[in-house]
Amino acid sequence: MGEAAIVVDDLAKSYGAVVALEGIGFEVAPGTVTGLLGPNGSGKTTTVAILATALRPDRGVARVCGRDVVRDPAGVRQMIGFAGQFAAVDANLTGKENLVLIGRLSRLGRQKARRHAIELAERFGLTDAADRLVRTYSGGMRRRLDVAAALVHRPPVIFLDEPTTGLDPESRLWLWETIRELVAGGTTALLTTQYLEEADALADEVVIIDHGRVVEVGTPPALKARVGTAVVELTFATGADADAAESHLARSPFAAERAGSILRVRSEHGSAAVIEILRALDGASSAPTGVAIREATLDDVFLALTGTATEASAAAVPGGHARGAA
Amino acid sequence: MITLPASPSPWLDLAPGASSSNRVVTAVTDTLAVCGRNLRVLSRSPQALVFATVQPVMFVLLFRYAFGGAIHVPGVPYVDYLMPGIFAQAVAFGAMGTAVGLAYDAKSGLMERFRTLAMSRTAVLAGRTLADLVRNIAVVVVMAGVGFAVGFRTHAGAGGLLGALLLVTLFAYALSWGFVALGLVVADPEAAQGAGVPVMFLLVFSSAAFVPLSTMPGWLHVIGAHQPVTALVDAERALLLGRPAAGDVMSSVAWSVGLLAGFAVLATLAYRRTAR
Repeated sequence: MGEAAIVVDDLAKSYGAVVALEGIGFEVAPGTVTGLLGPNGSGKTTTVAILATALRPDRGVARVCGRDVVRDPAGVRQMIGFAGQFAAVDANLTGKENLVLIGRLSRLGRQKARRHAIELAERFGLTDAADRLVRTYSGGMRRRLDVAAALVHRPPVIFLDEPTTGLDPESRLWLWETIRELVAGGTTALLTTQYLEEADALADEVVIIDHGRVVEVGTPPALKARVGTAVVELTFATGADADAAESHLARSPFAAERAGSILRVRSEHGSAAVIEILRALDGASSAPTGVAIREATLDDVFLALTGTATEASAAAVPGGHARGAA
Repeated sequence: MITLPASPSPWLDLAPGASSSNRVVTAVTDTLAVCGRNLRVLSRSPQALVFATVQPVMFVLLFRYAFGGAIHVPGVPYVDYLMPGIFAQAVAFGAMGTAVGLAYDAKSGLMERFRTLAMSRTAVLAGRTLADLVRNIAVVVVMAGVGFAVGFRTHAGAGGLLGALLLVTLFAYALSWGFVALGLVVADPEAAQGAGVPVMFLLVFSSAAFVPLSTMPGWLHVIGAHQPVTALVDAERALLLGRPAAGDVMSSVAWSVGLLAGFAVLATLAYRRTAR
């Protein structure tokens, strides 16, 4: 199979005093999807921008299809399609004009650019809107056009930076399906996401990054096995009640994490574990006032892997920082 | 008609035109593609066209009919003195559109996308300034028509008019590179407009565009005598009035070529900086 489609080694990048990447490394095999998973500000966008030759790294190596992004950016550009975080399309052109422009600037001839544009508009459900100005498009249509523009020259490697952020659920599912089809056809994809669910649905491998470093690499099932598929949240009336329940649970196979007066118990057995957990609590001096089950999230992965919550979720938890069990 | 590619794996049918393509041909075709896009966009944002033409027309009417009666320039009907200034003012204020448009591209992420395409690096800026050149030619032609409608006459035939408009166009081309640099540095459409207006206002109104420098206080006279808009309008007037023009034309061309060279370097540096 030869070299991986994407090779990243010890990549570092700072903006003045702000360190975005502190030496990250990973590889992506040809014809697979890798999800770059991490909270805001973790370095996902910087990584993808360097791979797409939009930014220069301070240090380290990045190669796409064997071509070095620093020494041969022109060579890399022939192999890649890139859709950044914001729908980078011209609002005062029509959808088709946008695609034809990007196609022509990607070295397709005028004829071929036009043919590919029409094909892609159809594939992306934009045929009816193809001759309308993009400023009349909805956010979801804009995003679809943006991803289509990354594909117009049919690159073997595509970079998608948070492709489904801001999309309605239907468009999100549709885009996932489209990415799966592309990869089935041999394309290699690197996409960034904040959603574990998205990485789970699409990625063959997930690279979790935080504060510019790789925290963990693995397949989605392997990651979930470490975190559990479900999280049971037990809410107590007071912190003292939660304390009592926590020490009682400590004698059971379930390890709980404290967040104020909430106990979180991770489970590999989905919601079936709820009964066992409640049974384990039987005889404790306090009983929960509320029980909720939810699917494991990125925050849970971070909690499990690093012992700290993501910044975004820490801010979202009322009453301060969610702390994992040490 | 939609024809699917014959390749069994259509998404791998690739490397279009890769290494064989000639760099110069690539630069030219890409510049034309970017230019075409900008002209198309311009034609669809009427406010930009209005800004480019309606405002100078209002200045023509204002100076021709409201203020003009009070301004006396020895030996020349005021309308003939005014129009060279109007041409310069129209392209100077229109040049702001370059910075605004480029800042919009930078903000929307389009510049970033261009950097990831296998396109000529120079085409992004060259295509933008070429489109502005076309726009400026249209603007000076329209303004010449407006001038004739309000009584402006050339005293040196079509050659004099053509020479004057060419000088204006060259100056405009140099300015648009300066505004490319500004647009790239501020990367925000409103900020680009805000930064551009005072500079152009000072440059145009401290020049001999509307009134002779001799009527200005000494300090302003000194500023006005040493700046490109005065050099341009002096050369235009010499050409249009059929006076000896060589010295003034040389001076204006020198200003424009010097500014063009300096601004092109600044714009290129600003463009490279955005990739860091």
